[in-house]
Amino acid sequence: MLTGLSALLSHWARHRVQAALLLIGLALATALWTGVQAINAEARASYDRAASALSQDRLPRLVAGRITLADYVALRRAGWPVSPVIEGEATIGGHPLRLIGIEPLTLPPGAAAAGDPGDFLTGGVILSAEPLDDPRARRADLPLGTALTDIGVAAGLLGPDISYLLLTEDRAPPPGYALIHPSTTDLSQLTESFHLNLAAFGYLAFGVGLFIVHSAIGLAFEQRRAMFRTLRALGLSARALTGLLLAELLVFALVAGAAGVALGWLIAAALLPDVAATLRGLYGAGVGSELTLRPVWWLSGLGIAVLGMLASAGQSLWRLWRLPPLTPAQPRAWARESARAMRGQALAGALLLGGAAGLLAVPGLWPGFGVLAGLLLGGAALLPMLMAWLTRVGQRLSRGPVAQWFWADTRQQLPGLSLALMALLLALAANIGVGTMVGSFRSTFTAWIDQRLAADLYVEAADEADAARLLDWLGPGATALPMIRTTDGGTEVVGMVDHPLFRRAWPLLRALPDPWARLDAGDVFVNEQMALRRGLSPGDRVEQGVVAGIYADYGNPMPQVILSFDRHRALYPLPVLRYALITDIPAAAIRAAFPRLVVEDRAAIRRASVAVFERTFAVTAALNVLTLGVAALAMFASLLTLSALRLPQIAPVWAMGLGRGRLAQLEFLRTLALAALVCGLALPLGLALAWVLLAVVNVEAFGWRLPMLLFPGDWLRLGMLSLLAAGLAAALPVRRLARMAPGALLKVFAHER
Amino acid sequence: MLSLTDVCKGYATSEGRVAVLDGVSLSLAAGETLALTGESGSGKSTLLHLCAGLDAPDSGRIEVAGRPMGRSDAERAALRRGTVGLVFQQFNLIPSLDVAANLAFQARLAGRLDPRWLADLVAALDLDPLMARYPEELSGGQQQRVAIGRTLAVRPALVLADEPTGNLDEASGDRVMALMLRLVAETGTALLMVTHSPRLAAALDRRVHLRGGRLTC
Ligand SMILES: Nc1ncnc2c1ncn2[C@@H]1O[C@H](COP(=O)(O)OP(=O)(O)OP(=O)(O)O)[C@@H](O)[C@H]1O
Ligand SMILES: [Mg+2]
Repeated sequence: MLTGLSALLSHWARHRVQAALLLIGLALATALWTGVQAINAEARASYDRAASALSQDRLPRLVAGRITLADYVALRRAGWPVSPVIEGEATIGGHPLRLIGIEPLTLPPGAAAAGDPGDFLTGGVILSAEPLDDPRARRADLPLGTALTDIGVAAGLLGPDISYLLLTEDRAPPPGYALIHPSTTDLSQLTESFHLNLAAFGYLAFGVGLFIVHSAIGLAFEQRRAMFRTLRALGLSARALTGLLLAELLVFALVAGAAGVALGWLIAAALLPDVAATLRGLYGAGVGSELTLRPVWWLSGLGIAVLGMLASAGQSLWRLWRLPPLTPAQPRAWARESARAMRGQALAGALLLGGAAGLLAVPGLWPGFGVLAGLLLGGAALLPMLMAWLTRVGQRLSRGPVAQWFWADTRQQLPGLSLALMALLLALAANIGVGTMVGSFRSTFTAWIDQRLAADLYVEAADEADAARLLDWLGPGATALPMIRTTDGGTEVVGMVDHPLFRRAWPLLRALPDPWARLDAGDVFVNEQMALRRGLSPGDRVEQGVVAGIYADYGNPMPQVILSFDRHRALYPLPVLRYALITDIPAAAIRAAFPRLVVEDRAAIRRASVAVFERTFAVTAALNVLTLGVAALAMFASLLTLSALRLPQIAPVWAMGLGRGRLAQLEFLRTLALAALVCGLALPLGLALAWVLLAVVNVEAFGWRLPMLLFPGDWLRLGMLSLLAAGLAAALPVRRLARMAPGALLKVFAHER
Repeated sequence: MLSLTDVCKGYATSEGRVAVLDGVSLSLAAGETLALTGESGSGKSTLLHLCAGLDAPDSGRIEVAGRPMGRSDAERAALRRGTVGLVFQQFNLIPSLDVAANLAFQARLAGRLDPRWLADLVAALDLDPLMARYPEELSGGQQQRVAIGRTLAVRPALVLADEPTGNLDEASGDRVMALMLRLVAETGTALLMVTHSPRLAAALDRRVHLRGGRLTC
């Protein structure tokens, strides 16, 4: 048994490159998968922490223009079950934090899980997730960027006015107050589509990596066929042999899995800051940019490596299991058995594409991903057939004998190369698809934000008195348009004055006639994501009124309703602190006069928004490049494999007078031609993917429908890149051929095969 | 047409260097046919490969058609395209091309495809019904007939054949041999053929025997 194993393993000592490819392929596949998993797990853990620690966010709130301590005491006296909260931005120990001051005695039990009431009573402790340079600070299991303290401490830092009152029993609001309902969705629901996207990429990369593993294992089994036969003849049963090979594969899987998990950790650590910034920018979710090592995670990494290995080796093991002990040790003619398999595969591919088209009719995010998977797999399955057809056309169109042989021989190589070509197709199509989506999004988004940021400056005052002083100071030198927004029951509610500036900045996608007059008269506008999620058209009714128009609102995960400013004031008696200014006064002058004011100019806001956007897709771009790298490696693996098996095809041509140098040139050209053909086929597939991403997945995930724009320059660059990758992949096998000793070629004629 | 002077060739093996050819001299005139016999492993194939420029000798001179064998791979490849035709025991054909394309391949490569001559060859070799097939769909004898047709289509000055009928049963081997000899005679081509069979050797103009790295008569 042991001798059997050592015989099997001796193969790898003589085929080191093959062993390395097998390990690298599986390690990369595992790394990309686990990296994405690690990022998602880290983010989910942060959401859970946020959900468990701050359950006061789940209580309805009472708001008013101003709530003083006296107002609160009066309400308590009248028997209202309310608890005060002072909340605001504060800098403690050098950290900018969202400071929440609560009153533990009036809070219902469990509402502030992280705080021990005793701590608060005895002495002004400030709890936070990160260590703060402040004597009062203590660490607690809180969301990042949030600090929790007693209301007295908060009053000292933020001022005595109460931000809002928590209503701890279900009641109608007292007169003079407005009731704001808690959001029904939590962070993990909001961000789900983002993580789903990442996970989908992880699986794609894993799948592409398995192509390498599959071809490396296939070759190793093929080359050891004679050895298997001998071992069987020496009395090893099929069961024992399969068991030995299984053990061998497991060893490989564990080694590669361990390397992959380590690599995945590095990838995740490198990408996490970008992901965290995205989540903060898009969803306001605090996710740490440091990775914690979770046992579940690295165990699942090893598990997926073993699973991937078994999936890739399944076919080879099955063949071995059924191998009669005395089949000839002749290398299988790759081309012969494949014609039927290719037709079957093409049929399956066509069915998959048909299924994908059918799934388009089913609404939802998961069917959307189903369409994507169907497109990718169907396209990959159809590829060999299409390539065979294209080479046949090439052969028919070419004149010289060498050119005709070139195409015929290329066709014969297809079965051996098809896995690598499929991997290349998938990587390219995903690149084109995602690139088109991101590019379309980028152009639409930047045009949209330029339009949306129509005012010169945006200011936010700390309180209404400050705001009044500012308006006074500005005088006729500026037009100040108030802006106001609340979040009620998980919906953003915006109050908007009717001004030409806003009319220009909020173009409506669809609307009833004369929509702005209707807004003044009590109708509302809703954003596109809300309209899509609730199936609203202009003329339909929502809680706040009749929908008079629908507007684009890219980058916002929340549903949003716009009311006229006056209606908003009536519904939510909140202080008006934010203004859009049309003015020539420079931002610096205002800042100098009002140090407590937040003043931002259009360019700064635009920069910040675009930065969030770019970071969102930095992750996608990185994964894209990695996937392409894996595909190039798959190509290299297959070419190396084939170059060993191809001598019988090449030797006769060489014997007839085509020099080795010329043959090597042709081989190189062939690889480039194949890569170019795959690029050509990847383009329509990629565009179909882009269309599904833009018109189905994005709409379901984010609620935005974007126009699809085309970027031929990007395609050209990608095409060049894949030709370069193919050229590099072919370099080593071609060099070997160019320098091959004549004896190696002569053996083809001299030996019995 | 072909002349070898003091040709030596050895191989590096795991037991050190083994001399296979040890001072071989030989000459063959245009239109002449020569049988090369010898034990298995005596170096017959090696000698043939040197004559075709498929490999280079360690020392000695080889001249084909009055010109010394070129040094570079490209020069020797050019020689094989036009002047020297090869028929091996097996694996002569290009697996990815059908019979018609295989037959014409070398002649087109050499730029001297003569459709009338090719048609004559197809008729003589009785290949008409097989033209659209691929090599893997042919029997051994059929494959050898295609290989001979392909070689003669170039009208080479010299044909080198390495046991062309070694894989065939006696009857079909004889038929293929007879065809080849007839066509060689018709085209005035010189032929150097390796064979194990004294009966086949007897059908040729001259015979030489290889033993211990040297030729005897
Ligand atoms: N590439 C090589 N490396 C090392 N030794 C070789 C190589 N090719 C041939 N030989 C050795 O050279 C000797 C001659 O081989 P060759 O093939 O010329 O013999 P042969 O006369 O054609 O035999 P056969 O009748 O069996 O075909 C043999 O001993 C063989 O083992
Ligand atoms: Mg021989």
